[in-house]
Amino acid sequence: MAHTGHDATSYAPPAELPEMELAHPKTFIGKYIWSQDAKVIAIQYAITATAIGFVALVLSILIRLQLGFPGTFSFMTPETYLQHVSMHGMIMVIYLLTALFLGGFGNYLIPLMCGARDMVFPYLNMLSYWVYLLAVLVLAASFFVPGGPTGAGWTLYPPQAISPGTPGIDGGIILMLASLALFIIGFTMGGLNYIVTVLQARTRGMTLMRLPLTIWGIFMATVLAMLAFPALLVAALMMLMDLLVGTSFFMPTMMALGEQTGYQDGSPLLFQHLFWFFGHPEVYIVALPAFGIVSDILATHARRNIFGYRMMVWALVAIGGLSFVVWAHHMYVSGMNPYFGFLFATTTLIIAVPTAIKVYNWVLTLWRGNIQLTLPMLFSIAFIFTFINGGLSGLFLGNVTVDVPLADTYFVVGHFHMVMAVAPIMVVFAAIYHWFPKITGRMLHSGMGHVHFWVTFIGTYAIYYPMHYLGFAGVPRRYYAYGETGFIPESVVTLNSAITIAAVVVSLVQILFIYNLVWSTFRGREAGPNPWKATTLEWQTEHTPPRHGNFGKELPVVYRWPYDYSVPGAKDDFIPQNVPPEQVEMLPEGAVGAGR
Amino acid sequence: MAIALVLMLLLVGTVLFHFLSPWNLTPLASNWGAIDNTILITFWVTGFVFVVVNLFLVYAIIRYRYNAARRSSYEPENKSLELWLTGITTVGIAALLAPGLVVWGSFVTVPDDAHEFEVIGQQWHWSFRFPGEDGEFGAVDPRLITEDNPFGLDPDDPNSLDDVLVQSPVVLLPIDRPVKVLMRSTDVIHNFKVANFRAKMDLLAGQVTYMWLTPTREGEYDVICAQLCGVGHFAMRGRVEIVQQEVFDEWFARQPTFGELQARAAPDPVAGEQLYATCIACHGSGGEGNRDLNSPAIAGMDAWSVARQLKNFRSGARGTHSEDIYGQQMRPFATLLADEDAIRNVAAYIETLSPVRIEPTVAGDARRGERLYRTCANCHGRDGQGIRAVNGPALAGVDDWYHVTQLANFREGVRGRHHEDMYGNQMVDMAQMLVSERDVRDVVAYINTLAAPGRTMATAQLGAQGDD
Repeated sequence: MAHTGHDATSYAPPAELPEMELAHPKTFIGKYIWSQDAKVIAIQYAITATAIGFVALVLSILIRLQLGFPGTFSFMTPETYLQHVSMHGMIMVIYLLTALFLGGFGNYLIPLMCGARDMVFPYLNMLSYWVYLLAVLVLAASFFVPGGPTGAGWTLYPPQAISPGTPGIDGGIILMLASLALFIIGFTMGGLNYIVTVLQARTRGMTLMRLPLTIWGIFMATVLAMLAFPALLVAALMMLMDLLVGTSFFMPTMMALGEQTGYQDGSPLLFQHLFWFFGHPEVYIVALPAFGIVSDILATHARRNIFGYRMMVWALVAIGGLSFVVWAHHMYVSGMNPYFGFLFATTTLIIAVPTAIKVYNWVLTLWRGNIQLTLPMLFSIAFIFTFINGGLSGLFLGNVTVDVPLADTYFVVGHFHMVMAVAPIMVVFAAIYHWFPKITGRMLHSGMGHVHFWVTFIGTYAIYYPMHYLGFAGVPRRYYAYGETGFIPESVVTLNSAITIAAVVVSLVQILFIYNLVWSTFRGREAGPNPWKATTLEWQTEHTPPRHGNFGKELPVVYRWPYDYSVPGAKDDFIPQNVPPEQVEMLPEGAVGAGR
Repeated sequence: MAIALVLMLLLVGTVLFHFLSPWNLTPLASNWGAIDNTILITFWVTGFVFVVVNLFLVYAIIRYRYNAARRSSYEPENKSLELWLTGITTVGIAALLAPGLVVWGSFVTVPDDAHEFEVIGQQWHWSFRFPGEDGEFGAVDPRLITEDNPFGLDPDDPNSLDDVLVQSPVVLLPIDRPVKVLMRSTDVIHNFKVANFRAKMDLLAGQVTYMWLTPTREGEYDVICAQLCGVGHFAMRGRVEIVQQEVFDEWFARQPTFGELQARAAPDPVAGEQLYATCIACHGSGGEGNRDLNSPAIAGMDAWSVARQLKNFRSGARGTHSEDIYGQQMRPFATLLADEDAIRNVAAYIETLSPVRIEPTVAGDARRGERLYRTCANCHGRDGQGIRAVNGPALAGVDDWYHVTQLANFREGVRGRHHEDMYGNQMVDMAQMLVSERDVRDVVAYINTLAAPGRTMATAQLGAQGDD
């Protein structure tokens, strides 16, 4: 018998769980507002995250206007500058990227790709979204309280986050901390769902080692989040108590603008340890879903199996585990015991090994593939390029000695934007262009998509790559203006102006993208059930878009891994996961098309 | 195939940018050339990987572009290839890490012959302390910090009295002598950064942090704060001057010890009154000022801020810019004051004068000014009462026309840009937020509404009415 796939078997284990009972609402509000359907919740998450993300995008443009053209705009004071910087960072990292990857893609894809009817706790899942929305609203409210939002930086380091001299101590910081607590509560509800669904609700035959890497990435990220967010939660609550009740968890015996404070013997470093114990895994909470998603998109559009699937899975697990023992590389110059530097530099550089393996395997998936340069593929290639750049600059900052001169400079800004802003956003775009046909039944407009791609890809590189060199020159971050600083030449202002112009252009093209989403939802070309000829279960649903319950009368049964593209001897260049070996249509012996 | 071409261009552009970029490491002024070497090693290793992997990516995109007649190869795994790649990567990572750790080993090992000095950070300025003749720092306690003991030194500790205090953001260090830099903050976290030294470290309240270096190149270097410390973060500046040992010794001998400062007699307003005779012609016998002579009212101003400005006028840090005509007029009078005691006495006398009513003369939108003033309030106080600890003099009760002139001077660098006017420098940076005449008028109109000590609410109301 000819080769019909890597691990295909005709055997599927019997069903262990009874069919899930779903509450099918009849009203519009029940279906689309108070919905318990993970797919609707996913879209709610995505729309909310995108909306608040646009606020953060506008803030970044205001920041760039000040940096590019200092002394031009009277709406940019040192106070508003810091407020914009802080809110931009916090929104982008938590309220956009985390919510979009896990709440958005997680909700949409986990049940579909695992072959489940829905998340295992649909009601909790709904609640998760509404608490998230509340968190977003509380955060947005801080723009309207006296004194405005906090300007403590997204890292919220005490003492300054709750000391006079920092914007937003009248109310902004309270709302920020409360919003974070709400976000974490809401996320915990969702996160439990994602984990239990992946572990318990996979369909027959869907072994863990047959899960698409998308699910592996989202699953690992959720595990990280469930372990990491509690550290942030306690840090936020302890800081709230320092501010409101007068405890001194993080507040040392100190002055504040010439006045003695009542604080005594607290530890500012304790906050940093808690924050980064969350903060570093947070990088991977954003990155791992991106890693997973891009793997699936590359395989589908290169018509080739992902290279080294098992290695990819173990790399995800290894990165997830290691991400908990590298946090203090954010603190090399924080005043912690400097001997920690040896340990954390070593663990940090070790994490580069599994990360590099992932990059190799993505590139090796393209190698000997049959690459279709669709929009999802273009964005994925852009991701690889950006991620290589951002990953390598991480080797500078992770190596404690090299970090010392570069910490708190624009090198850091360039690095983390490249690696955890641009790279994951490229995957977000790739994923939207890839799954939009399933979600709406229509294709996104290709012309608008290409304009969006080229401007975004080249534009973001023009923004962030030169920033690294400002960092070498020692230009510090979080500065409202540079005034006359001996080591900062005039040419830095020129470069900043150029970066600002690039940033404005990239931002404008995102409006085109939103327009494309809306236009294509109603006017796009009909997609059909499986336009990319993909193997995973979400493309095998009876209806497109899938209805509540996802699949038809019977849940699909899985007979193979998700990467049976271009299987030698098979007639089609893809075999869906739910096709048993005996149903694969074979080419006649000796026919062309059996590999290269 | 456009993507392959663009990737190729980006790759070439990235490499070219690296070699042609005018933005590079500042000239090294310390012993930490080893840090620069580690950066260089990292550049070569990562640069090599960047080029090779991306070239392979471009090759794969071109070579394996879509062809309906061809099929991808089906190859789920290739164990030996994966092992090789893992092995090579591990070696590369080790090659980066090893030199980094070796250099870090020397970074954390302070040489025995290092002398010591302490950097104190506070919102938003620097000061410094040397251990004095006994080579031991006196004990400090933040609870002891007062206006007269800004370092919080313990007067009962015998090691304290000979500690040399530098109450200025400028410090001198002798060349070629290893120095251990001890660091602490009295409030939030700061970071002592001199780009040319490469080494830097955070300053925290409640603990002492350290680093060490050997200055190797004479010259003046900017000190900046590299840890977000609030609104004044970007304006928290200082200067390190690396000099020959003799120059350092001479400078060092001129710095007061804690004991000397403690023993200094309180200023004498009675003596100050006699000195004030020369001021009367312009500022009036009651310090009420004279608009026609461009002399602002000074009655009741805080002595510390008057003294600082008199010192600046006397040294030429203020009133020497060619466009500062009125400042130039003030200078000769300030130079009449013989020494620091004379300055302190006359400043003390001025503080005793009763503040006078200030008539609003500037019209502006006070409500808009209030929003702008939020930034100013961090140093000058919400009520414009001034905060000595952040070097922000009182603004309420000062002639509004004088504010307008001075804000314009700051904004243009006519005042405050002098090399020795370190606190004025901060105000130059801050004044950049007032981008138009209108901004200046609005913020001054708001300051007019702030009730100064000694001003009645009635005059404050009057100021408020003038806004519309």
